[in-house]
Amino acid sequence: MSEAIFRDVPADRSSNARLFAGKALIYGLLIGWAIVCLFPIYWTATTSFKIAPNVMQGKLIPWVDYTPAWLGWRSLGLSPDTIGAESTVRDEFMKRFFNSAITAIASSSIAVVLGSLAAYGLSRFSYKFGFMRNSDISFFFLSQLILPPVVLALPFLVLYKQLALLDTRIGLILLYTLTVLPIVIWIMRDQFESIPTELEEAALVDGLSIWGAFFAIILPIALPGMIAAFILSLVLTWNEYFFAALLTSTHANTLPVMVASQTGSQGINWWAMAALSFAAILPLIVIGVVLERYLIKGMTAGAVK
Amino acid sequence: MSQKDLLHVVTADDISERQKLFGRAIVWGSAMIAVAVAAAQTAQQMDVASFGFQTWRPTLFAYILWAACLCWSQVLIRGEHGKRTLFVLPAALFVVSLTVFPLLFGLIIAFSSWNLASPLGRQFNGLDNVRQMWSDPFYWNALRNMVWYSLAIIVEYALAFGLALLLNAEIRARKFFRIAFLLPLMLSPVAVSWMIGKSMLEIRFGPIARFARWLGWDNPSFFSSPEVARFTIMLLDAWTFIPFMMIMILAGLQAIPKELNEAARVDGANPWKGFWEITFPLMLPVSITAILIRIIFKLKLADIVINLTSGGPGGATDTVTSFIFREYRDRSNVGYGTLLAMVYLVIIIIVMTILMKLADRFARPRT
Repeated sequence: MSEAIFRDVPADRSSNARLFAGKALIYGLLIGWAIVCLFPIYWTATTSFKIAPNVMQGKLIPWVDYTPAWLGWRSLGLSPDTIGAESTVRDEFMKRFFNSAITAIASSSIAVVLGSLAAYGLSRFSYKFGFMRNSDISFFFLSQLILPPVVLALPFLVLYKQLALLDTRIGLILLYTLTVLPIVIWIMRDQFESIPTELEEAALVDGLSIWGAFFAIILPIALPGMIAAFILSLVLTWNEYFFAALLTSTHANTLPVMVASQTGSQGINWWAMAALSFAAILPLIVIGVVLERYLIKGMTAGAVK
Repeated sequence: MSQKDLLHVVTADDISERQKLFGRAIVWGSAMIAVAVAAAQTAQQMDVASFGFQTWRPTLFAYILWAACLCWSQVLIRGEHGKRTLFVLPAALFVVSLTVFPLLFGLIIAFSSWNLASPLGRQFNGLDNVRQMWSDPFYWNALRNMVWYSLAIIVEYALAFGLALLLNAEIRARKFFRIAFLLPLMLSPVAVSWMIGKSMLEIRFGPIARFARWLGWDNPSFFSSPEVARFTIMLLDAWTFIPFMMIMILAGLQAIPKELNEAARVDGANPWKGFWEITFPLMLPVSITAILIRIIFKLKLADIVINLTSGGPGGATDTVTSFIFREYRDRSNVGYGTLLAMVYLVIIIIVMTILMKLADRFARPRT
């Protein structure tokens, strides 16, 4: 590469400079928006290690601007010196955390199972339920997406009261499953339609039953789609606030409800709130960083044909 | 979905009459049990007889039993065809029982006055709720706000498109930027409303307030005047949801064959013209899907508003959902709130149908 075969004429060099300026602009914009996206997370994480004066003075960089302290995490019972000791706050936090985890995981799992089955059926067989054919049934499932939660909220409040399901995890799980089911069906239908039917035909010829072919042949192929649907459901259900605020009070509270209930009373305890908020968003940040591929797969399902 | 994609299986079932009879028997038997239990509970509710029921759970269990029997009987009666029905039936039963029943029940509640705390119980009050809604300025105000919030989607879309173009350019560390841009979507709106709304926008020492002061805004306040408060809520919501549209548009951009843009460049189109003549028209279907889904999510906007402004100042930031939420919290009257929600649902269905019809016409490839 010592000797250039083609000589650059001056016109090319000027376009080189323009290319460089263009690159600089692109990277500038990218970095700018990355800061917009990441700064609030950074701010929350660092604030949880501040003490009052640091917050007031608006210190930004730990160790340079201020000395990190465990104040915020101590108030949650999660700092190194309190982690071994008894802590009612930590018990409370862990209870909420597990409520969130259980409702999110359970409802996402149920939704993925029900939704995958339905999506598979709709992509493979022709149905006729009364006047409804395949496209009508698909539309019926997907139209649930339009239903705003507030329409269901109050009837469910009354129904759950009658059924003694208020403030229980099962009640929340049922509702959450309902809210993410259309999304799961949307993703999985896209997934199954991309799998050629010849695969099952071969399996059926080889003597498998329809369900056997589904479990043995199709499920392994559709697994990435199912993971994508599961992760997306997990994000939505973990973050859900409206139903949880309305339908739970003491036993089945989820993390968002806990965060929301603290904002009023302890608005001044910045470090504590920051620690709580950060603990609430941390699992999802981890999921977002590690499983980004699946999230994107889930979100783009059906968008590009 | 064309018919030829479907899987056609011919099976010779031979199902004995006894099996069919058994199948029908369990469906009708369990249905009878469910009806009987429900009737007994209704009787108790109306003080006709007492069976010692504490809650309505027995009816629920009887209903679940019936649903299970219905699924089982499909296989018993219709053999292989029944097994195929079994793919869709559980999900269909689940959705029907969790939406259609509550919606019908909601229709009853909507036309009654029902304070959950009062011992009087439900009282039918005809069209009183409708009249109250008609003269409720706050409800109409909330609906008007929803229009404003929905219009903000246009700006969000433009931003998301720009970011997607940036990510689609030839850059290094694409994965890092993609993850960074995606993260806001992962955060719960409640946490966001604290992290940004309450903490970073704090007037005295929040970093954004400091930044605004440094820029020359003497007295930054983000929630005191109606317009600014609404704008702030829009910004927060946009911050969380722009990644969603961005990812969809990015997927669309990457599906466009590179040759098209190259051919345009060879033909002498500059990048600006190439974008408007090639990229943008090709992106129309994806864009419309993204915008429609975004509108659906926008119409559910509530968490941030409930936690940050609770509708204030003067209802300027109210969404329909947050308004009904407050309406219930303040008066614990489920009747009026349900009517408002039902009306909202009707409006949404009408608007979305029109939008989908328009989108269908608009997105059809022009020949």
